[in-house]
Amino acid sequence: MTSATIDQGPNPTDEFVKGLWKQNPVFVQVLGMCPVLAVTNTGLNALAMGLATLFVLLMSSTVVSLIRNLVPKQVRIVTYILVIATFVTVVDYLIQAISVDLHKALGAFISLIVVNCLILGRAEAFASKNTPALAALDALGMGLGFTLGLLCLGSVREVVGMGSLFGVSLFGAHYQQWVVMILPPGGFFTLAAWLLIFNHRKQKQAAAAVAAEEAA
Amino acid sequence: MTATTQTPPAAKASALAMYRTLVGVGLVCGLLIVVVFQGTAPIIRQNRIEARSRAVLQVLPGAVVSRAFAWTGSGFEPAAADAAGVELVFAGFDAAGSLVGVALEAQGMGYQDVVKVLYGYDPRSQTVVGLAVLDSRETPGLGDRAETDPAYVANFKALDVSLNDARDALAHEIEVVKPGTKTAAWQIDTISGATITSSAIANMIAAGAAEDVVRVAAHLDAFTAPPAPEGSSR
Repeated sequence: MTSATIDQGPNPTDEFVKGLWKQNPVFVQVLGMCPVLAVTNTGLNALAMGLATLFVLLMSSTVVSLIRNLVPKQVRIVTYILVIATFVTVVDYLIQAISVDLHKALGAFISLIVVNCLILGRAEAFASKNTPALAALDALGMGLGFTLGLLCLGSVREVVGMGSLFGVSLFGAHYQQWVVMILPPGGFFTLAAWLLIFNHRKQKQAAAAVAAEEAA
Repeated sequence: MTATTQTPPAAKASALAMYRTLVGVGLVCGLLIVVVFQGTAPIIRQNRIEARSRAVLQVLPGAVVSRAFAWTGSGFEPAAADAAGVELVFAGFDAAGSLVGVALEAQGMGYQDVVKVLYGYDPRSQTVVGLAVLDSRETPGLGDRAETDPAYVANFKALDVSLNDARDALAHEIEVVKPGTKTAAWQIDTISGATITSSAIANMIAAGAAEDVVRVAAHLDAFTAPPAPEGSSR
């Protein structure tokens, strides 16, 4: 049994897809909650933060995987942080070059990508043990899953809180905005609602699996 | 499981290997940052200048065109909007070409880092008529309320900065007061919950206005409208 799985090796498609759904960083692993709650008050902020995190995750996972055999075990964490911090600085400059307004909106949270536990978590748990190609796929999947999670929160909060989506007004001027949804408490409410939906689905699926097993 | 398999000798890396790894990775990372910084610096500079030009029109209601002036030590002279190494002020003009006001920069330490603001001075009413934050890394949701809180922003719609009779200082120094205790037109209300940032901005405007507003008011004649673009009638 164990030898069979080792021979088979990890399946590239699985490594990519798992981050999107089965091990979604936001809704299943519940990692990186600081940006999830803080910068998801509009769809655009959520998208930009997700893509910035995706870029850092992809680059740092690939690099960590490339140097995995050169880094002594004792100094691995500090090396990973160094790599991650470098790419965060790079992203910070790139975003400033793209748009000053976007940089102002994301503010302090760009620098805080350094301590997003999702990125260090993937470096330590996956990239440091797998080939660069697999690590990149894993990072891409996790990053897209994270972006998707942020978008789920950001779009709901913007629609309910401001009556618009990506700055486009949806309900006209008469819409009574739920201001609380774009303030910090709204982040908790929305996250709770999404987690409820995800866990409800998961329980139903588990129950169905048990029922199918019993029937067989 | 025996003791020999639990502690493989390879787990003990030499100090040299650790040193080599850290220095090597640090060097490569440093180089990468320098390359990206050099590559993006001109674009970022251009973006900031454009953002500042937009902010000038925003803090001077009614202005449609702006022109930069540099302080020479004794007076103001027209300068390029991207001139470096000089103190710039930005005069705003309405469609008829008459002076609406002058936008002044101020900066000071906020809660996280230096905060840079631009405020508009209207010489006719002798008031500050607008405020825009140019650069801030304050805590989202707390410190950045200094940009969004309507009651706080209202402080800078008609802030009294009239000069004294000798025209060498403000008649009333700008005072920073606790939230909800503003009684005079030269006082600035702070925000409770964002006390440090809102007081910091108020203080930097108070300090900046005490010097710059006096200087601008003494040299109002220097602020001439930019030459009309070719093809348009005078």
